[in-house]
Amino acid sequence: MTDWQPTASIEMLKKRARLLSRLRAFFADRDVFEVQTPVLSHAGNTDPALESFIIQEHEDAQHRVEPLFLNTSPEFAMKRLLAAGSGSIYQIGPVFRRDECGVKHNPEFTMLEWYRLDFDHHALMGEVNALLRYVAEDELKLERSLFYSYRDAMREFAAIDPFTADIADLEKLAKDAGLEVVGMDNASKDDWLHLVMSHLVEKNLPEDSPVFIYDFPASQAALARIRPDNPPVAERFELYLNGMELANGFHELIDATEQQQRFLNEQQLRKQNGQTGIPADTNLLAALKAGLPECAGVAIGVDRLLMVLSGATHINEVVAFPFDRA
Amino acid sequence: MATFSTNEFKSGMKLMIDGSPCSIIENEFVKPGKGQAFNRVKLRNLKTGRVIEKTYKSGESVEAADVMDTEMQYLYTDGDAWYFMDPNTYEQIGADATAVGDNIKWLKEQDMCEVTLWNGVPIAITPPNFVILEVTETDPGLRGDTSGGGGKPATCNTGAVVRVPLFIEEGELIKVDTRTGEYVGREKK
Repeated sequence: MTDWQPTASIEMLKKRARLLSRLRAFFADRDVFEVQTPVLSHAGNTDPALESFIIQEHEDAQHRVEPLFLNTSPEFAMKRLLAAGSGSIYQIGPVFRRDECGVKHNPEFTMLEWYRLDFDHHALMGEVNALLRYVAEDELKLERSLFYSYRDAMREFAAIDPFTADIADLEKLAKDAGLEVVGMDNASKDDWLHLVMSHLVEKNLPEDSPVFIYDFPASQAALARIRPDNPPVAERFELYLNGMELANGFHELIDATEQQQRFLNEQQLRKQNGQTGIPADTNLLAALKAGLPECAGVAIGVDRLLMVLSGATHINEVVAFPFDRA
Repeated sequence: MATFSTNEFKSGMKLMIDGSPCSIIENEFVKPGKGQAFNRVKLRNLKTGRVIEKTYKSGESVEAADVMDTEMQYLYTDGDAWYFMDPNTYEQIGADATAVGDNIKWLKEQDMCEVTLWNGVPIAITPPNFVILEVTETDPGLRGDTSGGGGKPATCNTGAVVRVPLFIEEGELIKVDTRTGEYVGREKK
């Protein structure tokens, strides 16, 4: 027997179409224009938290086999457009992340990503909130949105200060909460913070309230700029709604030298972890050197957004053909 | 020694956890967009039936448990062991009281059961979902009462005590759902 049929109902697929058109209408109203950048690229993503699908069969003009990468996010190519003077842009398209499979994960998923010139992460959180309320319509009645700094969210929902706690404190916190954790002997403090965030904080957030968490530890900056507070914080935010991590945004790092250093650090970390080596995206670095305008950017998982709006409990309910039927 | 990586985890998979064979009931992949992935796993200890929850850092490997579920026919007991036979090979195997556990009351000679073998040794028995038992002892019934309301206890030939409608009499055959222990209906002899 073959599983040729879709896992999503036709009714759900119509809801999906409606959501996509609402998203496009939102940006049309605000003069943010839609772009398309390559899904298949010569450069990959060095982020150790992500694994790319790598295509090895490609031969270049000299008959050398070179790897190609299915993009894990369109951010590098979109930043090149920003550096080329595009102005505010958005994109809706497929992204690919190997080994991510579960109730809220499909290795191929749809991402909405947009960039706003002269916005910082607070201004962008405001726009994400507006977009969420615009697409929720009558589908989901949203409560008041809540905004917490990472530190306050951890204090409020896990009763711990993420900046002063050490690994032993976080380990004890997890243990006291009844979590039996395996394989964390050599884990970093960030690994423990991720555990606390995903297992304790997320589950304690109030229902039907969009919760924005901002100003992350500098060690979790990814592509966000770091503000030299005491302690320094990454100008990055995430949006949670009903137990779902929906969005991740940055006040974007525009310094080419620091970006290059972060790529190097990530590559080193990948090597330490025994992960596949990924070359840094030299086109992005060149674009940053040429000058990326001041901007903030955010990515939203469209499948998850549809899950939250429709009350679906498994991602298979909102995608026509999940990975095992693709 | 066979092992499974967390990204191979799926329900029904048999793993060795803290020295005991366990079966995955539920596997939830938890991953922050920018950070370490975890697998939150619910497991049933196949020896005790106890359900435990563990969180694995994704990428960890766990030893596989050599566990097999086999359809076997229950033959008899000598008091120390309960003997089952593989209908294909006619091979017989004895399960001890711990493996049989509470299911002892549903074991009827000739019935097909599922025997869970760990390294070839029975660790659990699952009786058929429905068994037909003979009522050996119950209070006299009220003739004409077919409502089934109220009911009364009836002891069966396997030792099981089942709540039955008042009209059931000693010597009758009844069908019982072993998962709930409830009376389902009367059977013709």
